[in-house]
Amino acid sequence: MAKRLIPLALALTAPFTPAMAAEQDPFSFNMTQGVTATSFDAFNLHMLLFWVCLIIGVVVFGAMAWSLVRHRRSRGAVAATFHESTAIEIIWTVVPALILIAIAIPATMVLVAENAQPAKPDVIVDVQGSQWKWHYKYPDQDISFFSNLATSSRDASQLGAKEPPSSAPYYLLNVDNPMVVPVGKTVQIRVTSNDVIHSWWVPQLGFKTDAIPGKINNMTFVVSKPGMYRGQCAELCGAGHAFMPIVVKAIMPAAFADWVQKEKAAAAATKADAAGPWDMKIAMAQGGKVYGSTCSACHQANGQGIKGTFPALDGMKLSVKDHIHIVVHGSKKNPAMQAYGKQLSDRDIAAVITYERNSWNNHTGDLITPKEVEAAR
Amino acid sequence: MNPTSETLMQNTAADASIGQVGHVGHAHDDHAHHGPRKGWLRWLLTVNHKDVGTMYLVLSLVGLMIGGIMALLIRAELFEPGMQLMQPQFFNSLTTMHGLTMIFLAIMPALTGLANWMVPLQIGADDMYWPRVNNWAFWAMPVAAVILWSTFFIPGGAPAGGWTFYPPLSTTYGPESIDWMIIAIHIMGVSSFFGALNIILTILKLRTPGMKLMDMPLFTWSWLITGFLLLLAMPTLAIAATMVLSDRHWGTHFFGADGNPVMFQHIFWFFGHPEVYIMILPAFGVISEVVPAFARKPLFGRKMMIYATAAITFMSTTVWAHHMFTVGLPVWGQLFFMYSTMLISIPTGVKIFNWVATMWRGSLTFETPMLWAIAFIVLFTIGGFSGLMLADVPADYQYQDTYFVVAHIHYVLVSGSLFAIFAGVYYWLPKWSGRMYNERLAQWHFWLSVISMNIAFFPMHFAGLAGMPRRIPDYAVQFTDFNMISTVGAFIFGFSQLLFIWMLIKTVRSGPPALARPWDGARGLEWVIPSPMPYHTFITPPTDKQIHDEGPKAYE
Ligand code: HEC
Ligand code: HEM
Ligand SMILES: [Cu+2]
Ligand SMILES: [Cu+2]
Repeated sequence: MAKRLIPLALALTAPFTPAMAAEQDPFSFNMTQGVTATSFDAFNLHMLLFWVCLIIGVVVFGAMAWSLVRHRRSRGAVAATFHESTAIEIIWTVVPALILIAIAIPATMVLVAENAQPAKPDVIVDVQGSQWKWHYKYPDQDISFFSNLATSSRDASQLGAKEPPSSAPYYLLNVDNPMVVPVGKTVQIRVTSNDVIHSWWVPQLGFKTDAIPGKINNMTFVVSKPGMYRGQCAELCGAGHAFMPIVVKAIMPAAFADWVQKEKAAAAATKADAAGPWDMKIAMAQGGKVYGSTCSACHQANGQGIKGTFPALDGMKLSVKDHIHIVVHGSKKNPAMQAYGKQLSDRDIAAVITYERNSWNNHTGDLITPKEVEAAR
Repeated sequence: MNPTSETLMQNTAADASIGQVGHVGHAHDDHAHHGPRKGWLRWLLTVNHKDVGTMYLVLSLVGLMIGGIMALLIRAELFEPGMQLMQPQFFNSLTTMHGLTMIFLAIMPALTGLANWMVPLQIGADDMYWPRVNNWAFWAMPVAAVILWSTFFIPGGAPAGGWTFYPPLSTTYGPESIDWMIIAIHIMGVSSFFGALNIILTILKLRTPGMKLMDMPLFTWSWLITGFLLLLAMPTLAIAATMVLSDRHWGTHFFGADGNPVMFQHIFWFFGHPEVYIMILPAFGVISEVVPAFARKPLFGRKMMIYATAAITFMSTTVWAHHMFTVGLPVWGQLFFMYSTMLISIPTGVKIFNWVATMWRGSLTFETPMLWAIAFIVLFTIGGFSGLMLADVPADYQYQDTYFVVAHIHYVLVSGSLFAIFAGVYYWLPKWSGRMYNERLAQWHFWLSVISMNIAFFPMHFAGLAGMPRRIPDYAVQFTDFNMISTVGAFIFGFSQLLFIWMLIKTVRSGPPALARPWDGARGLEWVIPSPMPYHTFITPPTDKQIHDEGPKAYE
């Protein structure tokens, strides 16, 4: 209790100071102006509407306050009997209508511009949401990867976690692999989903767009300034909805070209690795990584799962064959357990299964090989 | 509070005439001299509109408390970043069940309860058109409530996909309890449908012969219009729910990746947007009764108010996709729904201007019902402003699904519907119970609620603008301050409602007797009935003079 009262006292005495330590986005209480034309337009319209509402509010509440003060019986006010005035009623229908038209014109122009898609964007990224991570694919560059919540945030967000959220840099807004885009170039994203509806939202880019299974939504933006732009899934998508952030890293075009080269080299290296040595130590190390980024959202870092929703893997009785089968092909009974064969390499799957069979209280000693996984596909 | 001697005289005159009327009824009508049945069977079997009204109101109070406990659990978890009290899945169940409970088991039954009590009294009818259907429609509700709430205890937990239960999260990926939620929704839908039909028929068929439609009190008018909206909305919801059930069990693919998940949202919001007006139009009606009573001045632009309500109703069926601006609608669709949504703010604005004009140059006093009404006008208008902002699509690309929306919902539902219900309860309680409430206690309830409501919900605007999505159990560290303030406000608000319950118990048990017309400025046939009220009223219709004096014609 005392632990909670202290931050509360801080919050009440200094309401507008950013809370606590670690790295985090700056505190703000208004919409961001962001770094794209879309975000800038959204901000301007937001402020326009704010002022319009404020002025209407001052007039209406002002009239009301006047009457609350002046027309009270305790001051001897005697009620008038008027109860109609066509002129006034016309005025307060027409004036708001004119105000609305004045608001609608810029909104229409902006909206039409935002929804126009360029014939040939400089970079295309296919964005796919799934429970609870994002997948980015650059079809022209032949790059693709998953983007998971950073492990430090994952650990600090557990019920009864030892580390406080303030110890995790950019708590809940940090990922292992950010989406990378070049500054000043037209980037088109094509957003869809693999399971339930998600929504891809980065406030500083100025829009969110829903990731809907069976449907592709396109949005285009040009980032004007290098930086890390952080956002979150904005459509309820299940237990991990708060835990699938989006990070966009905007870098200069030259750096982007370097990044593309590096990613390609790394992909080639992984392929080469696939023929590399395979033993318990390598498998456990790699498996721990895969487990932490891909499986622990549901089965939990301690392998206990969540009672009633996600089964515990600690103490499981699965045969090797069934184990490989459910990880590669997913569960028929419950689609939350996806077919990871489509997402992970043979090596990753072999590693994570090895890890699961030899962690916590599981001591089977089984070393699964990538060959076995390949055979099960 | 202190009626002038003139009104006192008016009251006694009214008492006398009604006493006589009652006497005549007594002699001729067999059931007139029956009081209520003794014991608990009274409540199970009653067909008396007053008893049914009371039961709806009690149910809604229970709903408000249970939904409120869920809200406080949500707020407790959100007090600081990190998960402290529960697993995310359970948190999602709480938000889902909180939304469903508040909408279907707190606000809607409260408004139906007010209608059951007041519509027959305001139009001089002796009961509802179908008294027995009225009883059934009510008793379906607790059954649905028990089914809905019991889902917390079945394996897999309560529904967790939001009160909007979007597929595929609520079809392929939903827990078993979704089926029970759908059954509960069906039961509540049927109940509301027949409840609405009953109210419409009561107004159209049982209205006392001397009362023209245009002369009906505004509360009854709002319910007449809302009734039709319910007849449209409830079957739509039933269709959406049944299609979800079918996708879950009968192998159809309406809303899967191989079907069209967006189609669900169209159907759902074709129900959902009218639904929000179902929750606010009767509330407007209450405010239109209370403001003139305490301004001692007829409602300004009465006809306009009725037309505005009708206009809002029609328009409310053309704006549904403003909840779907980010699903990837074609541009022309987004433009259409932006314009239609902006348009609907015009008749809504007219209503607010008319209330202010009613107060203008009145002779105002500030008893509790009036305080709630004033708070309603100010705070609902703030909710209206954020609504107008949400209609602006390019800005909504940012607002959508953030705490800005949560702030908006609560300004229109809590300080809108709920505050109007409080206004109505304080206004009519002396009539219902024949006893006066304690003004001091009532004012404490009011001030604590209004202040804490703003502490709880105003910071949510900022949290949303700063980038906090809604329906999340845990959040980034920079949102902490807003959430702590919200939580403190929510707890004060929640506990303040205990004062309301205490006030109710005190009034019913030991409040001082109330005058037949406790508010000297109040007009309407309900006030010609003596206090305490007989169990059966208007067995003989009100006289033409009463209808004239209590209606709008009295001012012409
Ligand atoms: C989105 C949540 C989720 C994620 C992420 C997830 N699982 Fe699962 N997993 C489940 C669910 C739910 C089941 C139960 C399926 C069933 O009942 O058929 C399950 C079942 C299993 C089982 C079978 C357990 C048993 O005792 O039968 C294994 C093994 C498993 N998962 C491994 C993994 C691995 C390896 C990963 C990471 C690559 C992973 N899971 C990621 C939700 C998840
Ligand atoms: C003590 C008073 C209340 C508090 C503290 C409260 C709090 C909240 C919070 C925090 C949420 C957002 C949950 C989330 O997105 O994570 C929420 C959602 C909601 N509330 Fe309330 N609420 C209160 C009263 C009410 C009332 C009276 C109503 C209705 C009349 C209501 C209707 C809703 C609805 C419809 C939602 C949306 C549910 C969903 O997202 O599916 N609330 N409430
Ligand atoms: Cu999500
Ligand atoms: Cu709507």
